[in-house]
Amino acid sequence: MSDFETETEIDDETGVETTGHDWDGIKELNNPLPRWWLWSFYISIVWGIGYVIAYPAWPMITGATQGMLGYSTRGEVASEIARFEDQNSALTSALSAVDLNTLGENAELNHFAVAGGAAVFRSHCSQCHGSGANGSKGYPNLLDDDWLWGGTIDQIAYSIKHGVRNEVDEDAHYSEMPAFGDMLEASEINQVVHHVRSITGLENDADLASLGQPLFMDNCSSCHGDNGKGDREIGAPNLTDAIWLYGGDVESLTQTISTSRFGVMPAWGMRLKVSEINAVAAYVHQLGGGE
Amino acid sequence: MSKSKTPQLFAAQVPIFPRRISGFYRNLKWWIMAVTLGIYYLTPWIRWDRGPALPDQAVLVDLAHRRFYFFWIEIWPHEFYFVAGLLIMAGLGLFLFTSALGRVWCGYACPQTVWTDLFILVERWIEGDRNARVRLWKGKWNIRKWRLRLVKWNVWLLISLATGGAWVFYFTDAPQLARDLFAFTAHPIAYGTIAVLTATTFLFGGFMREQVCIYMCPWPRIQGAMMDDDTLTVAYRDWRGEPRGKKRDATRGDCIDCMACVNVCPMGIDIREGQQMECITCALCIDACDEIMDKIDRPRGLIDYLALADEPEERAGKPPKPLWRHVLRLRTIIYTSLWSLIGIALIYALFIQSDIDMTVEPSRNPTFVTLSDGTVRNVYTLRLRNKLGESRQFQVSLTSMQNLQIQIEGAGGDTVTVAPDSSTMLRVYVTADSVNLAANLDQTDLRFWVEDVENGDRASRSSVFNGKGEK
Ligand code: SF4
Ligand code: SF4
Repeated sequence: MSDFETETEIDDETGVETTGHDWDGIKELNNPLPRWWLWSFYISIVWGIGYVIAYPAWPMITGATQGMLGYSTRGEVASEIARFEDQNSALTSALSAVDLNTLGENAELNHFAVAGGAAVFRSHCSQCHGSGANGSKGYPNLLDDDWLWGGTIDQIAYSIKHGVRNEVDEDAHYSEMPAFGDMLEASEINQVVHHVRSITGLENDADLASLGQPLFMDNCSSCHGDNGKGDREIGAPNLTDAIWLYGGDVESLTQTISTSRFGVMPAWGMRLKVSEINAVAAYVHQLGGGE
Repeated sequence: MSKSKTPQLFAAQVPIFPRRISGFYRNLKWWIMAVTLGIYYLTPWIRWDRGPALPDQAVLVDLAHRRFYFFWIEIWPHEFYFVAGLLIMAGLGLFLFTSALGRVWCGYACPQTVWTDLFILVERWIEGDRNARVRLWKGKWNIRKWRLRLVKWNVWLLISLATGGAWVFYFTDAPQLARDLFAFTAHPIAYGTIAVLTATTFLFGGFMREQVCIYMCPWPRIQGAMMDDDTLTVAYRDWRGEPRGKKRDATRGDCIDCMACVNVCPMGIDIREGQQMECITCALCIDACDEIMDKIDRPRGLIDYLALADEPEERAGKPPKPLWRHVLRLRTIIYTSLWSLIGIALIYALFIQSDIDMTVEPSRNPTFVTLSDGTVRNVYTLRLRNKLGESRQFQVSLTSMQNLQIQIEGAGGDTVTVAPDSSTMLRVYVTADSVNLAANLDQTDLRFWVEDVENGDRASRSSVFNGKGEK
């Protein structure tokens, strides 16, 4: 193989020829590898060269060589996605056209909608409502049975499509509570707070609460109702249940009444397909609170 | 020290022409070959009735549906530990045999050995025994040589095709696939697999042979770690055989240097040089030597299964340790116990395996939800598995120290239908009203039950209910 002339000898101990390499008396035995092994090595080099020409390989400054076959992993993923979308196209178009109230009767479509809706939820909704859909202060919990704008599957789909208090969709849910800090004295607000806590069954000062009652009637009942049960038509929360979007403690309630709240939700109808909206609606509806 | 040529770092394969031999070990190897090849080729064709919804192939690796069928056993992906356990047992079994008997796997059972043996058999039928083959190999490429070679290669190719062909039958219904294969309508993957396995069988069995064992296979390198002085391996009693020589007289040992042991060796080595890396302990040299010893009227066993530990005694003319003392030692006992422990565990697991199965995954995000009336609710994902070939009605319930309510999302009551041989996922709500202790405790234990409405088969899983933790 190589052209060097060396002194080879037969090693006494093993009876094997040495290569002639000698490092301070340590000699290398020559146990030749089989020739086919060398050939498979050469073949793998040729294969490697072919591979480098055919497939993306060498890193360059702004990218890598593209390869003659035009293969890319991104392309692979895109075609996989296209294949699945194609496979599901019948279900997807059925989902766009379905009457949501009857979705539950079609087990296959319902399953498709819930699974797809979970994916859409994770990418578009979880930022505010949380990956477990349990919301947080100011962002409604979608797992419970309390709904500001209605919890039937149609109402949920409407809320998703048009959103809440956004400026882009004319059909968005809209309501606005006045900031009573400008209209009532701080002491009066405190009385209203205690009244609200009394109708929910939370700990309160009975004297303050009874002073708050007429104030509530004058200022709040037009939206929240005389009994504080709210009104879904106008998105007025039920003040008598155990659920608080911004907290039911004295401090939070004082702030809510003084400065008001103005939660906004985007109109997803402008960004998602009808089938996707229906899917998210089906997903949210089956989380446990659907009506 | 001599000035010499440039050392050659690569060498051509030296052809080996093993001679035919008969004897105890050769017969044993024929039997093992017949049994192992028989199992390999025939197993996919055994039928096993499992009802209309399930395949009727006794041994089937159904990758598409993620099921493994082995006679009465059906393994689902979540029970893969059975397969893992079997693989570990196979590994420990190899360790055990190697520590007791050296490379028995290599010599008797390895597919490389079995198929090479088969290919050599064919070669011998077509081209004759060792001397004829050597002559043919040295001879010119005339018509006769071409004819013999082509016939031999074609027979090899047919065997290889059958080998590659049999493999794919393990992965789908064999009779159906056989029809499809011949009608050229089978899946390209089937043809591709057959092509690759045909090519490797042809190449490894026909041409690479001992090269696979010496240069490609990792197993011999690992085996060394399991052998010690008590391991029985094929060896030459040089104290009995040396000095060797053709002439028989009192100064000579028993070895008459007839080269019978070298001529039969499929690895092309001389066992008289001592234990060697190449030796697969096929024991054919034992048969060859015994035949010669019979002829010259000397006791058999000049080449024999020996333990290195016996050498000093034998040299001194004392009897060796009895066989069982070589085999029964700490190492083999440990391997055997580990092997049996796993075996017992697997059999136990197999017995408690039921046709109804459930897993419970409590939702942890969030751990609980408060409803508008103060009720605390937990969500669980239940997976119910129906392993039978018919659809079944499963009733889900729970038991707990506290009064908890259960409700299944999307189902009218507490009963669901699970399709044959499949599993279904349920979203299950468990609630405790606001005054319930469970609603206010940190955690409450509970147990889910699933029961076949018809035959009363049951399974259960424990879990916990998360409350507000205020008390
Ligand atoms: S060395 Fe490897 S290939 Fe050869 S017989 Fe042993 S296990 Fe089989
Ligand atoms: S030396 Fe003997 S046992 Fe070893 S491979 Fe050769 S014939 Fe087989």
